[in-house]
Amino acid sequence: MEYQPVIGLEVHVQLNTSTKIFCGCSTEFGSQPNSQVCPVCLGLPGCLPVLNKKAFAYAVKVAMALNCRIAEYTKFDRKNYFYPDLPKNYQISQYDLPLGEDGFLNIRQNGNIKRIGIRRVHLEEDAGKLIHVSDSSLVDFNRTGIPLLEIVSCPDINSPQEAYDYLISLKQIIRYLGVSSCDMEKGILRCDANISVKRQGDSELGTKTELKNMNSFRGVREALDFEIRRQVKLLENKQRVIQETRLWDAQKHMTYSMRTKEEAQDYRYFPEPDLPPFIIDAEMQREIKKSLPELPQAKELRFIQDYQLSEYYAHLLTSDREIADFFEYCVKLYPQAKVLANWMCGSLLAELNSRNLALGELNLSPENFVDLIRLAQEGKVSNVVAKGVLRDMIDTGQTAGEIIQKKNISQISDPDALKEIIDIVIKENEKSVRDYLGGRENAIMFLVGQVMRKSKSKANPKAVLEILRSRLNK
Amino acid sequence: MAIDKETVSYVAHLARIRLSERELDLLSRQLEDIVNFIDKLKEIDILAVKPTSHVLPIKNLFREDKPTKSLNINEVLNNAPSQRDSFFVVPKIIE
Ligand SMILES: [Zn+2]
Repeated sequence: MEYQPVIGLEVHVQLNTSTKIFCGCSTEFGSQPNSQVCPVCLGLPGCLPVLNKKAFAYAVKVAMALNCRIAEYTKFDRKNYFYPDLPKNYQISQYDLPLGEDGFLNIRQNGNIKRIGIRRVHLEEDAGKLIHVSDSSLVDFNRTGIPLLEIVSCPDINSPQEAYDYLISLKQIIRYLGVSSCDMEKGILRCDANISVKRQGDSELGTKTELKNMNSFRGVREALDFEIRRQVKLLENKQRVIQETRLWDAQKHMTYSMRTKEEAQDYRYFPEPDLPPFIIDAEMQREIKKSLPELPQAKELRFIQDYQLSEYYAHLLTSDREIADFFEYCVKLYPQAKVLANWMCGSLLAELNSRNLALGELNLSPENFVDLIRLAQEGKVSNVVAKGVLRDMIDTGQTAGEIIQKKNISQISDPDALKEIIDIVIKENEKSVRDYLGGRENAIMFLVGQVMRKSKSKANPKAVLEILRSRLNK
Repeated sequence: MAIDKETVSYVAHLARIRLSERELDLLSRQLEDIVNFIDKLKEIDILAVKPTSHVLPIKNLFREDKPTKSLNINEVLNNAPSQRDSFFVVPKIIE
């Protein structure tokens, strides 16, 4: 029997403002516990929250970028519950009038575009951090009140891979907007998943479970994968799926039931009387819309059109705004887009990945990068050597010219300079020479390789091939 | 509308209030009176009235994203029944 998974994701993203959502406390990470708190975020009596303008604008930006309908009238509500990480015993959130609704984002599935609905986007405050020790729990309220954006998808996701692609796409968009790093390993982005399975073709949904405690995009994909197999197995054995919250164990690679007494949640939402309503009029909408940058998918299409890049290159280059900007800066200096794309997607991204660094953290200016490519294209250094030069440039901050001069690795194209090595190679490889003369065209490439090796990759392979041909064909 | 004792004890539980049997009795009668009183509002035609989420005629109050000084950590922990290494200490939470 074929089963279809039905998945909805609930994502929380911390916005990177300098101060908290309702007070002026710093949002800096890693400070001494409880050193960034005040009467407002501690929920002491008699104080008033005041909304951070930037957090609000950031939230509207994200909602717009996700194609949401922006609320003209939005308000905050109190979500009431008791937990030690919540000093007020309520969280200021948004209930019936979220600032954005009914949006979507596109993911790519086997070359096709699939649209995933966004049910709502709303702003709320983060809770504090709990650390559990043997005999008690420790509370740090520094995180309390950090602006948090909740983004709820529709149950339009039908595989763990689609969920993964949705998260990647969401992260790219939010990073383009510059409002959050979306780093899931650091807890800046958190993701819970609702998942059920149904028989292919059935209109009725199965019983869903809620998955928590995933701390990477891969973790989300793996947890969903496990949970689908678990649910299908239950149904195949004529057992029932129980509606419950399950936690992902990344070490054991399985989900397990939280086993709390599943009390129906009763948050008793009511309008937050300490905050006025917020009107996002046409003027404010225009203002914020104007500040939106070109988003990844639009940029990708433009790169394909303007620079005649393949979809693959355009996709890679636009995956990160910094990389896209770097590329476009380079194109202005050196208008051979395809050569640049090749260098960036190959050598440069490999250097970034191996160092686990962002482009901005590298010691590399577009000018110096383009100089290197120019030298390689002009045949001053071989491509193999140029890759090593790039590595040295990043390590030392020196220019390509400086490194090539210092290491004496200019490419040798001069026939006189190559003659000596070629003579030796011909002498040492009589069999290959005979093979070539006997009609095996490929044998000459072996000889070229030998010359390259002897010259420590400095020889210009094109020149070597030419010289070898003319020598052997005499 | 009748407010039975179960409802009162459910609400008391949500608010983490412990009530004696006598208080439950008393409060369910009083709450019933209050709810009945408020039910009178249902007799008014409010179709044309917008829901009130805030009583003052104000909107869009913002502050700039400028840091201000937080409390001194000694002040923060001053009233805590229990503290350790600048954390508040609470009874162990079992997830
Ligand atoms: Zn504060």
